[in-house]
Amino acid sequence: MNTIASLGIGEIGYISEGALEHIPLKLLEMGCLPGAEVELIQIAPLKDPIYICVNGSHLAIRKETASQIQILKSEF
Amino acid sequence: MAKNDIKVALIGNPNTGKTSLFNQLTGLTQKVGNYPGVTVDKKKGTCKLSATQNAVITDLPGTYSINPTSIDESIVLKTLLKKDIKESPDVILVVADVENLKRNLLLFSQIKDLEIPTVLAINMVDQMSRKGISIDLTALKEELNTEVVLISARKNKGIRNVKDAIIKCHVAAKASPMCDANYKIDPEYFDKLKAINPNFSLYELWLMVTQKNFPAAISKKEKAQLLSFNKDVSRLKKYQHKETIYRYQEINKVLKKTYIVDKSKATDLRSKFDKVFTHKIFGYLIFFAVLLLIFQSIFDWSSLPMDLIDTTFAELSDFARNNLPGGILSDLIVEGIIPGIGGVIIFIPQIAILFLFVAVLEETGYMSRVVFLMDKIMRRYGMNGKSIIPLISGTACAIPAIMATRTISSWKERLITILVVPFTTCSARLPVYAILISLIIPNTKIFGFYNLQAFTLLMLYALGFVTAILAAYILQKTLKIKSNSFFVVEMPNYKLPSIKNVALDVLEKTKAFVFGAGKIILALSVVLWFLASNGPASFKNAEENVTNNVENRQLSATELQQKIGSAKLENSYIGIMGKTIEPAIKPLGYDWKVGIAIITSFAAREVFVGTLATIYSVEAEDENTTTIKEKMRSEINPETGKQRFNFPAGMSLLVFYAFAMQCMATLAIVKRETKTWKWPLIQLFGMTGLAYVCSLIIYQILS
Repeated sequence: MNTIASLGIGEIGYISEGALEHIPLKLLEMGCLPGAEVELIQIAPLKDPIYICVNGSHLAIRKETASQIQILKSEF
Repeated sequence: MAKNDIKVALIGNPNTGKTSLFNQLTGLTQKVGNYPGVTVDKKKGTCKLSATQNAVITDLPGTYSINPTSIDESIVLKTLLKKDIKESPDVILVVADVENLKRNLLLFSQIKDLEIPTVLAINMVDQMSRKGISIDLTALKEELNTEVVLISARKNKGIRNVKDAIIKCHVAAKASPMCDANYKIDPEYFDKLKAINPNFSLYELWLMVTQKNFPAAISKKEKAQLLSFNKDVSRLKKYQHKETIYRYQEINKVLKKTYIVDKSKATDLRSKFDKVFTHKIFGYLIFFAVLLLIFQSIFDWSSLPMDLIDTTFAELSDFARNNLPGGILSDLIVEGIIPGIGGVIIFIPQIAILFLFVAVLEETGYMSRVVFLMDKIMRRYGMNGKSIIPLISGTACAIPAIMATRTISSWKERLITILVVPFTTCSARLPVYAILISLIIPNTKIFGFYNLQAFTLLMLYALGFVTAILAAYILQKTLKIKSNSFFVVEMPNYKLPSIKNVALDVLEKTKAFVFGAGKIILALSVVLWFLASNGPASFKNAEENVTNNVENRQLSATELQQKIGSAKLENSYIGIMGKTIEPAIKPLGYDWKVGIAIITSFAAREVFVGTLATIYSVEAEDENTTTIKEKMRSEINPETGKQRFNFPAGMSLLVFYAFAMQCMATLAIVKRETKTWKWPLIQLFGMTGLAYVCSLIIYQILS
């Protein structure tokens, strides 16, 4: 199962529709919506937190949260 | 505030330039107060909207949504829900960042549903062409059914339009909901909710249910009804999620018609800077270099103004002594109040310089990158990436540092940060360290170039940090607090800091320190002065005894005066207190004189030096460190016949001052922030206990 946490730097995924209930309300409000494109920009030197861009928001979230949000990986 | 002033609440996401707009609208009319019951600062200012109309503008903390996740954010909800009180806003001014308009409109849509007249100010429009953005303003106004203005707050552009829009919006007083999202989710459920009290909008009632926050106009019965909606938690959660999705759908519809981004025209500096600042090696190196620069500057830039303040207040005291009639009131002014105020003012240079750096780092967006780099490390010790800001601020003063913990949403992580911040080496410890180090550490070089005294000071800083981290680790393991550790930090665009914003920020925080902590330091200085200048019968006879003592006949007038002063202090209440605690501190290598200095340090640690100066009867005028140092050096411990401040006793004192909780002002702030005396008392006894044990071990091993 792919989650945001399994993306590599520069990789893009799309939040799956089934992920809705696993997304904390605050992240949802910041644009982390089902169907949205997520790009992993950077991983902190100690592998956690990660730095993503979703719906125009540039956010740092912890791996723990990211690993709960399922994604569909893009083809390219 | 005049009666017909329009009350405006300023709301927006963090990093949207909300502060810039507030500063442009209100300038130096800003005042910081407190929200009743909570500790979050409330910033207010007045603004002239037109020749006849003024507005009082309240700057609410930045938030992404009306649903709060930290104390800062909960203020927004509380202010907006209290429609019944006179503080409630007439008009809400929502600030949005043009680049993140979609996300910013979520908060806007929530506010619009509260049915309060709302103005939308889209900021940073000067960036539009660089980002390839174009907006159809007329269509946007129509779609959102509200006043919309394009501004560039930093460049002071469009501010006139904001003022006009506020007046227009206030006069029209139309306040229709934007999407009434909830009806679309489950009409039956929400009809029932709306029926409870039709005076409130549906969204307000919904917020009362989800946030359990009830305005006074809600009766007991209604409250019970609302709470009954709260029973099915999973349903609430589901509906909140659905509501957010629905809002975004509506926003997308609006933006599709009005907002175009041509990504091919966009240039992105952020990713280039991020590659360097969050790099696994360079990232830490740059952060370390920034820290070094800050500390170096604090020392270099503050020494001159601090010396100036020191001499000014000494001269002021002398001037007052020579020009005021003798008596107890004059003594109070000359020996209590003036030095007390001086003791507060002396901290301003270092604190202001530190705030300057923190403000610049936050304004540029770099601080978020530090939080990103440090989160994993800090989390290991029960804290949060955001704890790094309080820990850095703590090196100036623990008080603003503790206030800076408010952005941490997890209570456990915030509490641990508050509890360990006083271990970091604050500026009040420096004079104590300086004099003790110069007494016990030889002024030689190690490794051929590094000054041993400077190295010792550096080690004391390291000791403070390491202890803070270790204490946090222990607290993490022992504190039984369940709290949700949720972490999300926005990585804003890099910006050049605005001088106006930085200046106002430094001014405001420094003022908060002077009037908050300063009051306590001053009050305690006066109490200590009283205890030092009064005493039982032996105090009153001190002068006579010294004068009549045969040994003292040979002394000059000044020397005699010094002897009298010293004897008076010995027999004053505070002298008696020092003697009372002597048995307890003897094993650490201190006598009652050091005991007095430790007691007076409760006003502020640096008072240690001044107190010893009085005890060793150094004349007030030449109260410079060389003389005090000489006196301290020649002080003999009668039991050993050796120096009092020899290496073991000096080391023991250094460690004592590094660990002990001696600052009343900090304790008061911790009480305010944690709302109970439990935590400040744990700090007082825990830290001081640790100091006692460590100093005891060090003295006993070394001597």
